[in-house]
Amino acid sequence: MPKLKLNLEIWRQKNPEAQGSFEPYQLSDIDDDISFLEMLDLLNEQLIKSGKAPVEFDSDCREGICGSCGVIINGQAHGPLQATTTCQLYMRHFGDGDTIIIEPWRSKAFPVIRDLVVDRSAFDRIIAAGGYVSTKTGPHPDANSHLIPKPVADQAMDNATCIGCGACVAACPNASASLFTAAKISHLGLLPQGNPERSKRVFRMVQKMDLEGFGNCTNIGECRAACPKEISIDTIAQMRRDYVQALKE
Amino acid sequence: MSYPQVKSFTTVFKKLLIALSGLGLVGFVVVHLLGNLTLLRSDGAAFNAYAAKLESFGPLLAVAEIGLLAIFLIHIVTVLTTKKRNLDARPVAYRQWRSKGGDTPSNLSSRNMAVSGSLILLFLGIHIWQFRFGPGMSQGYIATQGQEQIRDLYRLVVETLKNPVMFLFYSVVMILLGLHLRHGIWSALQSLGMTRSRTTTPLRLLGAILGVLLGVGFLIIPAWIYFGASI
Repeated sequence: MPKLKLNLEIWRQKNPEAQGSFEPYQLSDIDDDISFLEMLDLLNEQLIKSGKAPVEFDSDCREGICGSCGVIINGQAHGPLQATTTCQLYMRHFGDGDTIIIEPWRSKAFPVIRDLVVDRSAFDRIIAAGGYVSTKTGPHPDANSHLIPKPVADQAMDNATCIGCGACVAACPNASASLFTAAKISHLGLLPQGNPERSKRVFRMVQKMDLEGFGNCTNIGECRAACPKEISIDTIAQMRRDYVQALKE
Repeated sequence: MSYPQVKSFTTVFKKLLIALSGLGLVGFVVVHLLGNLTLLRSDGAAFNAYAAKLESFGPLLAVAEIGLLAIFLIHIVTVLTTKKRNLDARPVAYRQWRSKGGDTPSNLSSRNMAVSGSLILLFLGIHIWQFRFGPGMSQGYIATQGQEQIRDLYRLVVETLKNPVMFLFYSVVMILLGLHLRHGIWSALQSLGMTRSRTTTPLRLLGAILGVLLGVGFLIIPAWIYFGASI
């Protein structure tokens, strides 16, 4: 089994106000079958043993479904693979002797809390601005009581796969949250329960997205390339259609 | 209009303005190119006649010019405010940033719209100063059309573009225009929400082809004059 020797350059920052900097670390004998986060765990064990502060990073499920983890790896959100979260990235995608630069998501709306951990509550506030259905929609409806065309159901479900990891913002050259916001608007608006509040929702969520300090979407599509759930930028066009429709009302 | 407090000048609304004004400018660029193709007729009579015809519209031309100026201003001012927001949105730059590629519109064109746009704006100032407000009949640029005397704009264009510096400047900016439109046309449709999952890829391709064609079309003119035309 190949063993890797790695040179890491990791962003260290004590608190939101502190000036951060990159610190170099060396790791050797890294099994290439471990995950990227397990590699960071090994580094932290060594740091703790030598009495140093471990590198703080977010993770939870470690199976690519919770949206907690996410760092910039050599300039790419969630690393070099498409449709992959950081926790699902394995060391076999790196070579012996590689230098790996690890940075937090960079966005005014995502302030660094410590090291690689950023505060993504701006996303929660966008949801709170309108990403819900206000009426009680009751329990699971009877099968076939609400007929929804398959393509519409698929589109809503594709948008609902968003795990809110923030890679779209991190990868966007403008730090725009348009892919996230559009996905959260569309997964509700396309379905009967979410449709009545569709216009109100798009206005409120877009305005909140702006207030949080995210950038503009300039249709570059880096968000789509970084999205671990491969949410298409078609959903951003859908958000704009909803917006134009809402303007007309 | 039931949500007046939230119908403010949002980023999505601004992108609608940028897209609509951008498409308006694309329309202008198409007409301008078609008119300017008369420069390829080497005696210059066709181009001078075209220019004189435009001049003869008088007040109507002034209205069109003011309208065009307004479209330009909407495009530029709105873009500047969005650019400011984008710069503010990432106060700490990445030490390293690499495109993740894939099937996305991320390319040199789309990531450098501000650079190409700014240089086109600089060009525009020089271009208008050179020709719209450049020397006319009173400075001796006189051609004859039948019995009439008209401005010899053709000679001015040829003299200007025979200058190697101007030829190079015009050529570079026309390449930038092609790159700007390569992303711009499709991007405008995307900003207006006119693309759908089935149409987005073909529209992206068509927009890019049209953009590059317009750039190439405009590139032919300075090259034709620099290497070929004589007065």
